[in-house]
Amino acid sequence: MTNERDILITEVALRDGSHAVSHQFTVEQVLKVAKALNDANVPYIEVSHGDGLAGSSLQYGLSRTNELELIEAAVSVADKSKIAVLLLPGIGTLHELKEAANLGAKMARIATHVTEADVAPQHIAYAKELGMETVGFLMMNHMAPVDKLVEQAKLMESYGADTVYVVDSAGYLLPGQVRERISALKQSVGINIGFHGHNNLSLAMANTLVAIEEGATRIDGSVRCLGAGAGNTQTEVLIAVCERMGIKTGVDLYKMMDLAEDIIAPLLPVPQEITKDSLTLGYAGVYSSFALHSKRAAERYGVDSRDILIELGKRKVVGGQEDMIVEVAAEIAKNKNR
Amino acid sequence: MSKVKVAVLGSGNIGTDLMIKLGRSELLELTAVIGIDPQSDGLRRAREMGYAGVDTGIDGFLADPALDADIVFDATSAKAHLYNAKVLKKAGIKVIDMTPAAVGPYVCAAVNIDEHLEKDNINLITCGGQATIPMVHAVNRVSPVEYAEIVATISSKSAGPGTRANIDEFTETTSRAIEVVGGAKKGKAIMILNPAEPPIMMRDTVYTLVEEGKMDEEGIRKSIAEMTEVVQSYVPGYQLRTEPIFEGNKVTIFIQVEGAGDYLPKYSGNLDIMTAAGVKIAEEFAKNLLKKETV
Repeated sequence: MTNERDILITEVALRDGSHAVSHQFTVEQVLKVAKALNDANVPYIEVSHGDGLAGSSLQYGLSRTNELELIEAAVSVADKSKIAVLLLPGIGTLHELKEAANLGAKMARIATHVTEADVAPQHIAYAKELGMETVGFLMMNHMAPVDKLVEQAKLMESYGADTVYVVDSAGYLLPGQVRERISALKQSVGINIGFHGHNNLSLAMANTLVAIEEGATRIDGSVRCLGAGAGNTQTEVLIAVCERMGIKTGVDLYKMMDLAEDIIAPLLPVPQEITKDSLTLGYAGVYSSFALHSKRAAERYGVDSRDILIELGKRKVVGGQEDMIVEVAAEIAKNKNR
Repeated sequence: MSKVKVAVLGSGNIGTDLMIKLGRSELLELTAVIGIDPQSDGLRRAREMGYAGVDTGIDGFLADPALDADIVFDATSAKAHLYNAKVLKKAGIKVIDMTPAAVGPYVCAAVNIDEHLEKDNINLITCGGQATIPMVHAVNRVSPVEYAEIVATISSKSAGPGTRANIDEFTETTSRAIEVVGGAKKGKAIMILNPAEPPIMMRDTVYTLVEEGKMDEEGIRKSIAEMTEVVQSYVPGYQLRTEPIFEGNKVTIFIQVEGAGDYLPKYSGNLDIMTAAGVKIAEEFAKNLLKKETV
């Protein structure tokens, strides 16, 4: 494999995919997956609770295994790949960031709602101090107009982020919108630009290709779509498509296909499909990790989970507000029975 | 009835909101608002309302023989508080610390003020702490709480630059106070900012896990209802959004805090609950001081 790469891929199955398995990853699973990703020459592997460091909670779901053990496991089998961690200020703190760095995590992705970058400077600066590569991860990107996104990306750049991401957390953006966003960033920031898609509208691949066309060089994927909602841009498919297009990823296609089929597929509780719930996420613009929580609330209150998601979209709920789900479900049930 | 004299240190949003609330108190008499910026809107307002507006900081206030106070609210910053706490202690003035400095013990107005009436410096924890710790305590006094987790969602507009630049302080301080004041064996706090327009009211969700076999649903319901009334006595906009949910050994409580709209807008329930709690605590201090005078 050549070291020359046009784009650098971050595999998020062991972080975003944590949502799809209700945060039940084990050390054995992480060892197997991380080793295979390392062998396939994937540059970055993200490992954390789905909601980032310290995400294990009643609000988002308790981790079966302490994420620090999972990070340690991934580091132990990755001699080529770098291990990345996600941190949402307001959930995780500098304390957990330091613990992750001490275990060998090399990249810190600091995630904020697209309009709230100014909660991130402390964490970005500290990650730098710890010698980590830094990413400003602007979530729920569709909720801000392009000029606001540009302003927030510039803030991330000013805090010392090496890369800024357009994160389509709801899988809501259409290819034209991704084009507009990436191209605006390309014209206004000097740092790397990344794209993180969700496949709720079956547009993750199209959006990723548009992002690459406009100059994004950091791309997230999840093998076998192991991510929240309908999952992310399917990594092994992206590798194949890039190869056909002459875009060098440096990742071994066959090894990724084997990982997807032999290791990831058996650990999925159900195959990652575009279900009516994940489709509704993309349609209504709702944070992808809400899907499973809404399904559970819908069963509990005897309502349609789509109604819950649509209502959450109307209320402009942001990432992390999982506590709204039960409340909205209860309200819908009450109105129905009136 | 005689009143206890108080002064407000800090002429920003919090200081100005305090000033308006103090104007209504039957136990407290505001003498001065203290700032460092002669041009500040807060000081101009204070003078308009007939209070002394000191623009030479805490040292200027202490040096002026015409001004005095038994209690000072410190609504400056954690860094400034370290100095203010020192000089106020020397001057024998009680301090209600609204900053994250936490020189003195954490006090939640509805839970543990009685234990700290004699302290010279107390700290107000955080907005999320003032809103949720009463509920952790309400559950814990009936069924021992093993774990309590709170999620505070506030409108982006009501989160100032201080909160944003040091958001870890919120999660760490609130987590600790859930344990120390709320009584939970283990505490966790999460903060979320929501930029929706019009701005959303402050919402807090409190999850508690009680000891296995100790769940007393009836008792907890009653305790929560009583505690809600206690908090409402000084924060009228404090309410449960929906009935608490009981599942196994888990109790989930949903809170909304609407501000009084004194100086700060109504959606800033997070700031309002801090100023309201500050005034409530000062009134408890005042009752205690007045009681001593009469003895």
